[in-house]
Amino acid sequence: MGLSDSVLRHLREVVDLPDLGDTRYELQEEIGRGGLGVVYAARDRQLDRRVALKVMDAAWAGEARLIARLEHPGIVPVYETGTLPDGRVFYAMKLVAGARADRYVAGNPPLGERLRVVQRVGEALAYAHSCGVPHRDLKPQNVMVGRFGEVYVMDWGVEGVAGTPAFRAPETPLDERSDVYALGALVRFMLPADAPPALSAIAAKAMSNGREDRYPDVDAVLREVERFQDGLAVEAYVESTWQRVRRFARRNEVLLWLLAAYAGVRFFLFFVRSF
Amino acid sequence: MNNKIVVGLTFGAALGALDGATAWFYPEVRSVIASIMVGSTIKGMLVGLLSGWFARKVNSLKWGIVAGSVLGLAFAFAVAAMPSETGHHYLEIMTPGFVVGAIIGFLTQKMGTPGTVKRSA
Repeated sequence: MGLSDSVLRHLREVVDLPDLGDTRYELQEEIGRGGLGVVYAARDRQLDRRVALKVMDAAWAGEARLIARLEHPGIVPVYETGTLPDGRVFYAMKLVAGARADRYVAGNPPLGERLRVVQRVGEALAYAHSCGVPHRDLKPQNVMVGRFGEVYVMDWGVEGVAGTPAFRAPETPLDERSDVYALGALVRFMLPADAPPALSAIAAKAMSNGREDRYPDVDAVLREVERFQDGLAVEAYVESTWQRVRRFARRNEVLLWLLAAYAGVRFFLFFVRSF
Repeated sequence: MNNKIVVGLTFGAALGALDGATAWFYPEVRSVIASIMVGSTIKGMLVGLLSGWFARKVNSLKWGIVAGSVLGLAFAFAVAAMPSETGHHYLEIMTPGFVVGAIIGFLTQKMGTPGTVKRSA
């Protein structure tokens, strides 16, 4: 008698489930599946708290050590690493309550909030690069926006990772400059349909096919985004005179209103005096 | 040194002088325009000094403009109330003084390095 597909699927899932018997963790549910492994929600029996547990092939054991080296508010802290009886490795990390960036954007947050997420992601990337660690697989699915607005970059790639087509730079191997490409793709993804052209130009420049045509590093992308937010011209976008005037007026709106008020008062006084 | 008090003094002096220079459009006071400009410059500098000091204490565009306006109005009133051969010109002095004060208050909030800052909504 043959087994039905659903039974086979169930059996495969059960076999895949990590045996956490010798650990302090109790498996709860699967919460994500990526190229390098599966992420489960688990309970830490000793500390009675929920954690995220990533289980992966032993070949990727370097990832946990890699992430554990990175201490930054934008990078999920690793609590512990270990090996399962079947040889697979796992690491326990903070379980972030919130939404992945792709789901977060679906909620249509304001532009300023979207850019804040990009800034936080960029800061985490820049820090990792300063430690010599590129991400290699940055995409919205690897960015979590927490319940309190905190932003975490997850699933740091290890050498040999394939990346995700829409966010992957064309070159091989992937490095820090490839992360600039992926950050540009993330900026483009995070923008609303009616995004200002200057922001789209920043994304396009970061996503140039030629490595030398991109921004030299993540900090340069962040500086451009900051310049946009401050109402300044960005390097990636050549404005028309009219756009420059409008940007100036927007940036100095209050001052222009005050000067107009002064001119109005003077005109009024002159007008009153004539009668 | 580019602190907020220096910014206030500089812009207060410049805007005060320009405001005083508009007296040229009033023929009856054109003969004393030099003293009007000096007085207006000093008034602007006092408003700038106090607005700059306020901006070092309170980091708020809204309250900076309010403080500058009130200071501008108060000093303009003091000038307008002074005895004058041409009579008192409360409206002509106080109304622009109020707006110039607002501009100085705005500029001291936007420019210059802050001192000890107390954030406010």
